[in-house]
Amino acid sequence: METLLQQLINGLTIGSVYALVALGYTMVYGILGLINFAHGDLVMVGALSALQTMMFLMGVAPGMSPIAMLTLALLVAMPVCMMLGFTMERLAYRRLRNAPRLAPLITAIGMSFLLQTIAMILWGRSYHTFPQLISTTPLQPIAGVFITPVQIAILITSALIMVALILLVTRTRVGRAMRATAENHKVASLMGVDTNAVIAMTFVVGAALAAVAGVMFASNYGIAHYGMGFMPGLKAFTAAVLGGIGNLGGAMLGGITLGLVESFGAGYIEDLSFGFLNSSYQDIFAFIILGLVLIFRPTGLLGERVSDRA
Amino acid sequence: MITLLEARGIGKRFGGLTALDDVSLTINKGEVYGLIGPNGAGKTTLFNVLTGAYMPDGGEFVFNGSQLPTGKPHKVVGRGIARTFQNIRLFRELTALENVMAGHHIRTRAGIWGILTQSRFTREEERLTTERAYELLDYVGIAHLAEAVSKNLSYGDQRRLEIARALATEPHLLALDEPAAGMNATETAQLRRLIDQIRHDGVTVLLIEHDVKLVMGLCDRVAVLDFGRKIAEDVPSVVQRDPKVIEAYLGGGHKHVA
Repeated sequence: METLLQQLINGLTIGSVYALVALGYTMVYGILGLINFAHGDLVMVGALSALQTMMFLMGVAPGMSPIAMLTLALLVAMPVCMMLGFTMERLAYRRLRNAPRLAPLITAIGMSFLLQTIAMILWGRSYHTFPQLISTTPLQPIAGVFITPVQIAILITSALIMVALILLVTRTRVGRAMRATAENHKVASLMGVDTNAVIAMTFVVGAALAAVAGVMFASNYGIAHYGMGFMPGLKAFTAAVLGGIGNLGGAMLGGITLGLVESFGAGYIEDLSFGFLNSSYQDIFAFIILGLVLIFRPTGLLGERVSDRA
Repeated sequence: MITLLEARGIGKRFGGLTALDDVSLTINKGEVYGLIGPNGAGKTTLFNVLTGAYMPDGGEFVFNGSQLPTGKPHKVVGRGIARTFQNIRLFRELTALENVMAGHHIRTRAGIWGILTQSRFTREEERLTTERAYELLDYVGIAHLAEAVSKNLSYGDQRRLEIARALATEPHLLALDEPAAGMNATETAQLRRLIDQIRHDGVTVLLIEHDVKLVMGLCDRVAVLDFGRKIAEDVPSVVQRDPKVIEAYLGGGHKHVA
């Protein structure tokens, strides 16, 4: 029972991070039909640029409060990622908007390599210790379940962000333009929507979420390096597909579900495999799910919103 | 009479097909201007070039005294030209109200910062947009369907919603592409009253229509396209008797259109 609750907390935490990243995938897919494989690497750029900011702040203002430091780090990491997202769209994807689908997909993979390589040049190949400004020491256990302050922070922050995003998309001028553009670029522009601006905005919002997710991820595990975006990126993509790519609610549901499956899987994999596998094999669950979804329900849990493009 | 839109020598080719050949026409402020012609005459192509959906191969549009941008649909909308579509193209997953509000996009300014901070300006603008959208739904007679997802509306209501969405862009010129297509007699009569009302409220109307009776009864002036060329432009009673027009429609030998 305690293991169960413990895995539930762990799963929800990591699942929220996956969900934030998955939202970026799904928003871009919804509006362009493009899987932006470089999105996962924005998570890495977010984490490393936050790390860089923290190191700098620790040098110039050693007495600064951890919360202020974390906030400032986010205020640097988010714009950095937003600019990267904007630049990627402007320089690479926009030119390929009317190209066959394979071209932007391969370009996205190229973007991913490019970002990783640049990060490797800037920050080196080693693993960096990420300052855990919010404590990862568990609080007093409640009913035998340990929860850390950083987990609480992740859960609250991601819940707030997701609510804000839903309100943005469903209740505001920008969100309406996004939904109109996602349905039909041509008609949206004929009705006065500057679709290029809307698409750029979608990349920028997705990138901001990735930056936050990167800081969460690194804060939770205490480590950052140039390749750290790859795995969460793939898993968030899996989460987006699981929920139904192109669907915001689906990305959230898919992220949380994937986090839970992974967490429970890690907790019980030894028993399930009669001691043959241990919890370091937890990654297999994400990809088993991806396989199963693609075989049995390719439109995902909530179904891809298939729109007619003119 | 004040000229609102002037097309000067518009040409458009698709491969070897000349869809529009040196088409020039003048639309005056406040009139209902009809554009008729047999299928494939180039009417919708002219709409698409006018509204920036296609780039013309030649010629220019002068609107309200200055040249229209080509190939930039949202800027054309910004200048005050709105359209509907021959085959309805609503934002199908959005509600009727949201469709109209989306049409108001170009007249509003709220950006991401205003939205995130919920600035007073943003809230006020959103409130006015909502209010205006309800008014327009009421104007076309479907206010009771505001919350319905637009793909679930009846055919006639979808057509009316398209007009409301176009009016939300606050156009000087409203271009309607076969608005009566597929409508029954009652719906067509309602549509006619609506177009009359729109003109009465100061919006110039450009109308592509197959229903010759509707065109002749409603339009102040009519242009006829045939194989991408303008073959006539005058008041309906004159156009109706033009031998070239009769020839284009009926292949010659007949005296009257309709």
